[in-house]
Amino acid sequence: MLDIKKIRGDFPILNRSVNGKPLIYFDNGATTQKPKQVIDAIVKYYSEQNANIHRGVHTLSREATILFEEARKTVAEFINSGEEEIVFTAGTTDGINIVASGLDLPRGSEIIVTEMEHHSNILPWQLWCERNEGKLKYIPVNADGTLQTEKLKGLITDKTKVLALTHVSNTLGVINPVKELIKSAKECNLIVLIDGAQSVPHMKVNVKDLGADFFVFSGHKIYAPTGLGVLWMDKKWISGLKLGKAGGGTIKTVGFDKTEYAEGPLRFEPGTPHIEGVLGLAEAIKYINRIGIETISKYEHTLLDHATKKLNEIREVEIYANSLNKAGVISFNVKGAHPFDVGTLLDKYGIAVRTGHHCTQPLMNCFKIPGTVRASFAFYNTIEEVDAFVEALKKSIKMLS
Amino acid sequence: MTIKEIEQEIIDEFEIFGDDWEGKYEHLIDLGKSLPLIETKYKTDDRLIKGCQSKVWMHSELKDGKVIYTADSDAIITKGMVALMVRVLSEQKPQDIMNADLDFINKIGLKEHLSPTRANGLVSMIKQMKLDAQAHNLKI
Repeated sequence: MLDIKKIRGDFPILNRSVNGKPLIYFDNGATTQKPKQVIDAIVKYYSEQNANIHRGVHTLSREATILFEEARKTVAEFINSGEEEIVFTAGTTDGINIVASGLDLPRGSEIIVTEMEHHSNILPWQLWCERNEGKLKYIPVNADGTLQTEKLKGLITDKTKVLALTHVSNTLGVINPVKELIKSAKECNLIVLIDGAQSVPHMKVNVKDLGADFFVFSGHKIYAPTGLGVLWMDKKWISGLKLGKAGGGTIKTVGFDKTEYAEGPLRFEPGTPHIEGVLGLAEAIKYINRIGIETISKYEHTLLDHATKKLNEIREVEIYANSLNKAGVISFNVKGAHPFDVGTLLDKYGIAVRTGHHCTQPLMNCFKIPGTVRASFAFYNTIEEVDAFVEALKKSIKMLS
Repeated sequence: MTIKEIEQEIIDEFEIFGDDWEGKYEHLIDLGKSLPLIETKYKTDDRLIKGCQSKVWMHSELKDGKVIYTADSDAIITKGMVALMVRVLSEQKPQDIMNADLDFINKIGLKEHLSPTRANGLVSMIKQMKLDAQAHNLKI
């Protein structure tokens, strides 16, 4: 069971007010708030532990390196991976770019994404295609928010090399049947990347069980600092993926005639990493583990169910992907009102939601809408907050009618 | 009326609401209803203001040495903001429009619409209206 009062007490920012009203933060899909344990870990690092890692022989450097690599272990265990398969990146977007530029695909290859992808899981592939005479295809989305998974096989030709898809849609909250799609893709020898930015914070993820080649997620969406992410790659890719960037910290020996790169994930981590970000991520994962990701998942479901029920009662509200099993996100529109209007008024009531295309313009075009209002929950939100949001929404609808 | 006089009129109107933001926004939404609407034939993509989360179309013409603006938006609050800008700047001389400092927006408590977020259309709109005035100025 969640001790919601204690949890909220751990997140200092939840005490603030916005426009004279208590902050109701429903924009967790954009970024999450941080518990003081994570904030304290960062402060402690800079107050007592800061040193460059992997590089020194002195005590501070050794201690910092140990902390850093222990953090790698914590992250690995969280998604059921080996430590040697965890690469720290600057975020999900960075991770996808590393993969897209690192796969040695033949010129003219085809890459399949989906119509609901975040731009970060479209643009790196699109760039590759533009530069290599490749072709970008996509699995379309149904009006109810489900993927037309039956179309996948028909999209695959002998030129198709990659399937990149999102585990959970940041706009719709829809949980895609990734295991099934990975299986189909593997039958055709495709390389698979899963965007887990919106799944990892809300459900148990077991990368070994999923069976993809790459899995990416961001620290700042899982209660950890910004500027940091994780790229999980199946062992074989550690030597198989080309390096897109290189620099200090990735090598065994360097010479102008020949350089020997390190084995293992360090190959992909040139330069000094976002050390406090990594430590913050480990702390955030420990915080989640103390509550339990399953407990969090169940609680967030009750919030989502309650919000869905209440919003369905409002005549003017249309919820997208209404009937589906979703994770933490509810996107809707008010008939006759632009999402921007709704979001602006909700903000005056202290409620932070996101409006617009949510970096999923192809999805918006598919639904023929300019954008949606998106409320995305985390385990520090409450039923009372959902009720307050519904009341504020009703008032906003009245003002806009 | 001069630009400054219209701005003062608007400031006085909004002052009545004091801290009642609901009242202010209701008034803003109401003002939007009186926006001189852009003709359908001018509602083309090249008249869309870039940088808005919602769509804003703006058209201007020179008449007797004064700039006449017509516009529309698909978002109600935005339409209200557009109506305010048109009320202040329309039927004024190009030079006066180019030199207007428009600080009334701050004074009526709607300055969050001036924040430099990606979706801020108000700044783009003001810029476009001034550019239009500059273009018309060259014809005089």
